Amino acid sequence: MQVDVDTPPPVEEQQLRFDRMIADEVRIEPRDWMPEGYRRTLIRQIAQHAHSEIIGMQPEGNWITRAPSLRRKAILMAKVQDEAGHGLYLYSAAETLGVDREELLDLLHQGKQKYSSIFNYPTLTWADMGAIGWLVDGAAIMNQVPLCRCSYGPYGRAMVRICKEESFHQRQGFEILHTLSHGTPAQKAMAQDAVDRFWWPSLMMFGPPDSASTHSAQSTAWGIKRFGNDELRQRFVDMTVPQADVLGLRIPDPDLRWDEATGHYAFGAIDWDELDRIIRGDGPCNAQRMERRRTAHEEGAWVRDSADAYARKHAAAATTTSDAA
Amino acid sequence: MTTAGSAPRTPHGWPLWEVFVRSRRGLSHQHVGSLHAPDGEMALRNARDVYTRRGEGVSLWVVPSAAIVASSPDEQDPFFDPALDKVYRHPTFYEVPEGVEHL
Ligand SMILES: [Fe+2]
Ligand SMILES: [Fe+2]
Repeated sequence: MQVDVDTPPPVEEQQLRFDRMIADEVRIEPRDWMPEGYRRTLIRQIAQHAHSEIIGMQPEGNWITRAPSLRRKAILMAKVQDEAGHGLYLYSAAETLGVDREELLDLLHQGKQKYSSIFNYPTLTWADMGAIGWLVDGAAIMNQVPLCRCSYGPYGRAMVRICKEESFHQRQGFEILHTLSHGTPAQKAMAQDAVDRFWWPSLMMFGPPDSASTHSAQSTAWGIKRFGNDELRQRFVDMTVPQADVLGLRIPDPDLRWDEATGHYAFGAIDWDELDRIIRGDGPCNAQRMERRRTAHEEGAWVRDSADAYARKHAAAATTTSDAA
Repeated sequence: MTTAGSAPRTPHGWPLWEVFVRSRRGLSHQHVGSLHAPDGEMALRNARDVYTRRGEGVSLWVVPSAAIVASSPDEQDPFFDPALDKVYRHPTFYEVPEGVEHL
């Protein structure tokens, strides 16, 4: 019997093969057949993740010119540059699913795709650079490490690169807070204030409780998501509380206590209305972040156009030379 | 730099390039990801900034994505069949008598 390789197998057969690969923990690669829902879910998630990385440059970029020493300034610039790189790895992963980076940026600029709500909080003092590195990057790492084993190959590989780079982000934040909290009383108070403002938003970074999370079950079945939001949040609290002791800083939660029975820290209720408000666009900095992003994109247009004109001119010259030869 | 290089443009903006990094001498280049750039020279510069910020490489290749010819995953089995039915290509296929060494 002849197998005609030009006609793809019927969809049911493709679906079965896809399901078997997911069950066997075999990675899905860009040119494999995949269900439309899987593709759409990944595009939405990877794009949102990429947007978060590049919007995340703003709250920290805010402090580059005012870093307290040349050492701190060099470190902060390297971190912000890493976040730009993370955005690029992720846009590149999203593009393997058949979308274009330009399209995704357009959707972000039109407000049709989201980014992490944590970046809609202002960075009011230098200590916020410490709290962001320690808590925000710390929470991001907790979320991202399981994504290294995501069923979609390019996303998993991008996450491996990102996770390697993130650990310096968290440490430099911890170091900033440690220095401040062992400095003058005013410096320690500044560190405490930053932790007070970033603690609860960091817990919200793990998303709504599993009971209220709409996409979780399907994403888990597809091998995109490995752990529930609540489980990752709990791990983050368990990891962070002892670090706060070393810092000599207080976690702003009167209900926080070690629970002998569960072997975990119990913590207070999260204000989910606050998260909803920010997701709807009413956070303290939503408008400012979007405005800054659009402006940066528009103001960069002449650079893109010039590079383009240069490339065309040289391509034309190369053709003429080879014609003459 | 010895690249000229031009590549077909995507519907929006700059063409896509695949990036390969040789992490150290003695190893071959490995695919690490892709990026957009107007020409080969800019693609190399961008690849350096995006993929080798921590000394991850001693050599970089950028290749227009459109220049890559790939086998189709759909014909996976038939395409690679010729390799699978020739078990005698593997040393484990052969029986070695007891006591023979260094073979
Ligand atoms: Fe990042
Ligand atoms: Fe980071």
